[in-house]
Amino acid sequence: MRGQAAAQLAPSLAKLPVMATAENAPHGSEARGCFAPLQAAADWLADLGHLVIVWFTALGDLALFTLRTLRWLFSRLPRRETLIPAFYQIGVLSLPVVALTGTFIGMVLAVQSYAQFRMMGLETRLGAVINMALVRELGPVLAATMLAGRIGSAMAAELGTMRVTEQIDALASMGTNPIHYLVVPRFLACIVLIPTLTIMADFMGVVGGAFYSITLLDVDYYHYWVHSKNFVNNFDLFIGVFKSLFFGAAIGLIACHRGFNCDPGAEGVGRAATRAFVFSFVTILLLDLFLGILLDTLNNYLWPQQARVV
Amino acid sequence: MSRHDHHDAHSEARPEPGSAVSADQPLIHVEGLHVQFGRQHVLRNVNLTVPRGQTLAIIGESGCGKTVLLKSIIGLIRPTSGRVFFDGQDLSTLSDKELTRQRIRFGYVFQNAALFDSLTVAQNIAFPLRQHFSYTDAEIRDIVRDRLEEVGLSDAIVAKKPAELSGGMRKRVGLARALAMNPEVLLYDEPTTGLDPIMTDVINQLIIRTRDHKHVTSIVVTHNMETIRKVPDRVVMLYPLPRLGRDEPQVLFDGSPEGIFQCRDKRVSQFVRGEARERLMEMLATSRRRSGEESAAPAAN
Repeated sequence: MRGQAAAQLAPSLAKLPVMATAENAPHGSEARGCFAPLQAAADWLADLGHLVIVWFTALGDLALFTLRTLRWLFSRLPRRETLIPAFYQIGVLSLPVVALTGTFIGMVLAVQSYAQFRMMGLETRLGAVINMALVRELGPVLAATMLAGRIGSAMAAELGTMRVTEQIDALASMGTNPIHYLVVPRFLACIVLIPTLTIMADFMGVVGGAFYSITLLDVDYYHYWVHSKNFVNNFDLFIGVFKSLFFGAAIGLIACHRGFNCDPGAEGVGRAATRAFVFSFVTILLLDLFLGILLDTLNNYLWPQQARVV
Repeated sequence: MSRHDHHDAHSEARPEPGSAVSADQPLIHVEGLHVQFGRQHVLRNVNLTVPRGQTLAIIGESGCGKTVLLKSIIGLIRPTSGRVFFDGQDLSTLSDKELTRQRIRFGYVFQNAALFDSLTVAQNIAFPLRQHFSYTDAEIRDIVRDRLEEVGLSDAIVAKKPAELSGGMRKRVGLARALAMNPEVLLYDEPTTGLDPIMTDVINQLIIRTRDHKHVTSIVVTHNMETIRKVPDRVVMLYPLPRLGRDEPQVLFDGSPEGIFQCRDKRVSQFVRGEARERLMEMLATSRRRSGEESAAPAAN
């Protein structure tokens, strides 16, 4: 309704100066020149207002979608035959890409940091930096980004195609709730498996970083691991996995919501898949920032005396 | 347990039709239905009553809101205003779970069948049975075979995916799936669109046979005049809102199939005879106006 009001406002605002110039004003061209900036400003304001309303409506719709998903999740668990394919698609098939991402992040970190650390004679501290960056930040964020691309787009395209071909309506017409049947298994798989895959990415990153540093850059084996152990603690690992839980929930909900609200046609499905990735990616970055601030505050509150030096 | 036994058990499991209401109460009652998508009004003040056992055809031009009306009746589209009663219950007041219980009493045959493309034919037909009942695999196999037989298909196709079937076969599998739960109401959304004349007749006969054998209430959305002649007891014609005046009713005709072919309303008679007339004039006027604007533009320059 609000969208409609804004849309109605836009043409009327745009029309106002035009009517004044064309119909009433004696010197049309002069008056048009005088009103033109006003009209452009009105157009711009109406467009902006419309955009804000569209965004708020979409956000509200996503919030309602989330609530309905949670209500179905807690009222009845989905059947095994819907859970297993979702877990297989999201978990098992994502293993290679996540392992590859993790390994390369670890190795790239080693390559990038080695020169600077060597200049200061601190190359044995490489492990501390690589592993800290991996478990707290890069592992969860890059794994989630890869998964948003792999799983998020695929889920949005699949559900979007089901929406366009009326398969979601068919489900509802047969007395099956589409959110319970289609969204809950995917959401569950995302919140369970994306943190698990993040641990996998962290592990592969640690292995990749260690392999590159110790084998190829000749960093001392013993000191590499001792500094890593002293610097990275369990809370750092927890922060990474905790964040990935939210990343997983965001990917699952945004992708399913985009699929459910897909526009008709092949173009609509393509747009749903693209938007699922873009919106998930932006949400991952925003969540990463705010959860980072929150968890750091919590860390300082719990262990105020703790100061760590590489 | 024989095949017929579990069909009976199946029938017992579904809610009793009209359990709390009198027998002469209409099964479906639509009151002041208004549906709007964004700024587009699709249905305005539509009233419709369908008694139990009737076969109703809804006709009208593309985009006049036939499918929207059908989806509103089963609660797939929530009306902007107005109410839809099914068996005396207002659908808008029902919770998700109650609505689900009511929907089991419907069978919906979608325009393009809407079969689940990741499942086989057998899994598609068995889908509602597995969701709502705890039949054994053998019982499900029997029911699937029976339903396929009812729509004239052999069980050789049970392992095929919908993509491997022809359009006519897909529609028949869609009908078999809609019949799986022994529904009281069957909603057909353009069941013959895109089919050859022979297959159109096959589908028409299937609709008639299903009505006669199962005593279901049917609503058929169609453009096909042959279907209108053969299948329904009553025909309702809708007209697109943009072509109507502010106070004109959207239901142009509500009567017998014979009556619609003798209707004096020009809009109805042109539709049933397939005569474009004014539409052609409109098209010509639009193209003339456009070419006039194009020729005027260089002259002004």
